[in-house]
Amino acid sequence: MSQTSQQQPIDYNLKVVRQFTVMTIIWGIIGMALGVFIAAELIWPDLSLHLPYLTYSRLRPLHTNAVIFAFGTSALFATSYYVVQKTCQVRLFSDKLAAFTFWGWQAVIVAAVITLPLGITSSKEYAELEWPIDILIAVVWIAYALVFFATIVKRRTSHIYVANWFYGGFIVTIALLHIGNSLAVPVSFTKSYSMYSGAVDAMMQWWYGHNAVGFLLTAGFLGMMYYFVPKQAERPVYSYRLSVVHFWALISLYIWAGPHHLHYTALPDWTQSVGMVMSVILFVPSWGGMINGIMTLSGAWHKLRTDPILRFLIVSLSFYGMSTFEGPMMAIKSVNALSHYTDWTIGHVHSGALGWVAMISIGAMYFLVPRLFNQERLYSTRLVNVHFWLHTIGVVLYIVAMWISGVMQGLMWRATNSDGTLTYSFVESVEASYPFWFVRFVGGVFIVTGMLIMAYNCYKTIRAGQRASAAVSHDVKTA
Amino acid sequence: MSSFWSAWVIVLTLGLLVAIIVLLRWNMKNYTDVAEGEEMGHEFDGIVEINNPLPKWWTYLFWICIVWGFVYLALYPGLGNFQGLLGWKSSNQDVRSLAESRAAEKRAEEEGLIVEYDRQMRAAEAEYGPIFAAYAARSIEDLAADPEAVAVGQRLFLQNCSQCHGSNAMGGPGFPNLTDDDWLHGGSPAKIKETIIGGRQGAMPAFGEQFTDQQITEVATYVLSLSGRKVDPELAAAGKTRFAVCSACHGVDGKGNQDIGSANLTDNIWLYGGSQAKVEETLRYGRNGVMPAWKDILGEDKVHVVAAYIYSLSNEQ
Repeated sequence: MSQTSQQQPIDYNLKVVRQFTVMTIIWGIIGMALGVFIAAELIWPDLSLHLPYLTYSRLRPLHTNAVIFAFGTSALFATSYYVVQKTCQVRLFSDKLAAFTFWGWQAVIVAAVITLPLGITSSKEYAELEWPIDILIAVVWIAYALVFFATIVKRRTSHIYVANWFYGGFIVTIALLHIGNSLAVPVSFTKSYSMYSGAVDAMMQWWYGHNAVGFLLTAGFLGMMYYFVPKQAERPVYSYRLSVVHFWALISLYIWAGPHHLHYTALPDWTQSVGMVMSVILFVPSWGGMINGIMTLSGAWHKLRTDPILRFLIVSLSFYGMSTFEGPMMAIKSVNALSHYTDWTIGHVHSGALGWVAMISIGAMYFLVPRLFNQERLYSTRLVNVHFWLHTIGVVLYIVAMWISGVMQGLMWRATNSDGTLTYSFVESVEASYPFWFVRFVGGVFIVTGMLIMAYNCYKTIRAGQRASAAVSHDVKTA
Repeated sequence: MSSFWSAWVIVLTLGLLVAIIVLLRWNMKNYTDVAEGEEMGHEFDGIVEINNPLPKWWTYLFWICIVWGFVYLALYPGLGNFQGLLGWKSSNQDVRSLAESRAAEKRAEEEGLIVEYDRQMRAAEAEYGPIFAAYAARSIEDLAADPEAVAVGQRLFLQNCSQCHGSNAMGGPGFPNLTDDDWLHGGSPAKIKETIIGGRQGAMPAFGEQFTDQQITEVATYVLSLSGRKVDPELAAAGKTRFAVCSACHGVDGKGNQDIGSANLTDNIWLYGGSQAKVEETLRYGRNGVMPAWKDILGEDKVHVVAAYIYSLSNEQ
């Protein structure tokens, strides 16, 4: 099995991992800064300078695309390429194809940065990019699948490690979802219309939309968790059989959950019911992943006190557990009647995105950067600690503010007078939300500040690594 | 849906739940060749896995959720065409008109189905109907002098009318200001109610084909002169010669006609803007203002109270 590797070091393809790692940090800062900017626009609308390109409506999709597809997906590319090589004990299949996925994916993101502020959009949430970019995404994604699965095929280990199940599940399903949902009739180079119409279009959109959450932001990052948590904790994975159940149950239940975004709409009752039932059951396998990650730490809890990277990883699992409990609860129709269309949803998404996705990615990046750039450790562990607290405080401010404003909005919208008329007009609920939007904005500033500290810390680490390797090659030359 | 698709939904839904049960039961037993608590015997980049059993509390939670899922799907519509044992549905489906909706409501009542939407509407009608019936029995003038009734009317206005007419009822470009004394269709209580009940359509034809650009400018200038604005007298005089076409609706003196909803051009109140450019635009392309009919949406009793609120705005006591 893997014993052969001890004699002969494997020449891994770390170049593509390095590229994606650096871009993860850069896109993270850009995407989150955009989020802070649009959060500020909700309080001070004149920040748009009355330019259409800077309006909330055009920058919000750019923010979501930047954090999901630029930051999050770059992190998934970086870690999946690293993990699949390390756990299969083999170099990545085809350097050229791997390089194509890097440059192709960056091209997709740059295209998004250009087209979305220009107002070029298919108007489908999280799938706003127009058809030529959609085709590029599909091509890059198929190349990604090819690189990943061909690497698994030529592995030198007998089994396929659980992290790769999750990465594999994520890659296959995202291809399916993206192509299925993006089918459209182009009318010009920059405009197309969906193949679907009415309630079917809405259902396709949320089948895609919720599974972008389920497979990209959950399954993909669980793959990340299954490598970086045991590595950083230096502990064995808690339960193999738990990983078997929660993997298969998670991927087979998640794909049904989309209709809970369309409760109380024109979607037929049966679809809403089935979506709700599957969403609620999904809660249990979702927690399976959290249990397996957190229990992996048993016997090493003391490490949390000294290792801020491990703290990032473990706190991310706590947020994961919290949001995967909250999600199924919000999928219940009577809860949804209060929570839907309010800030509660935004808070829920961000406890997943900032708490789970960002924190596990940040932990993984801190793990990777010294290893990828020939350093024993990061430039400063103290700065990682500062980042950890800035990020944690930022996330808590964000989600608590959104919970309060969300529940408040839901209650205001349904409050009625004794004559049956609504107590509040919509604009009154907007007015009441301002203080909470300000707290959210402050939370966002904390988070972006943390990201900038991370960039500085990683930059210093990378520079030190480059200087060290330059010194080595200099020594070799003069010798 | 057809019985094929119904069966498809049922088989896939139940099949998945059964598969989850099989998966859970399979993994509750130790099927590996390794004792519980021991390492699995494969190693990946230094990571090993332990063959620990599933946490008991977690498996209980799983069973509870699965059983609840079956119960829910038995009670509520979920399994294809099966309506569920409770006979509950959120609303009548495949309804394309108010008449169809009423027929479906009646049918559901006869069959003993619980149609959530209808049930809630009936409950609201039973609770609030008498309040509005009492208001409807009083005259609009009387209600307009009753602060409580005006407050109720204002709330209805804020929820249903403010999207176009603004929270302060002062309107905006294309949407009439309801607080002044200028009425397109009349400001008497009866006329206001008539407008809300049946809606209005304010169509002004386009004259861009009939008039040259120069003629449009002349007519617009004349129109502006009617409300005492300072204009080029020569252009206005030239415009006046063509105003005959306009006077068919707006009257020879340009004071409009509330019976057909044509605007008064002499009061310097402009629905679509009173600049030279805006008046020329109105002339060239015409205008088509639509106010929807609220009879079927709010019901006549509530319209009565809204009318009282509107009437109170321009008739402050």
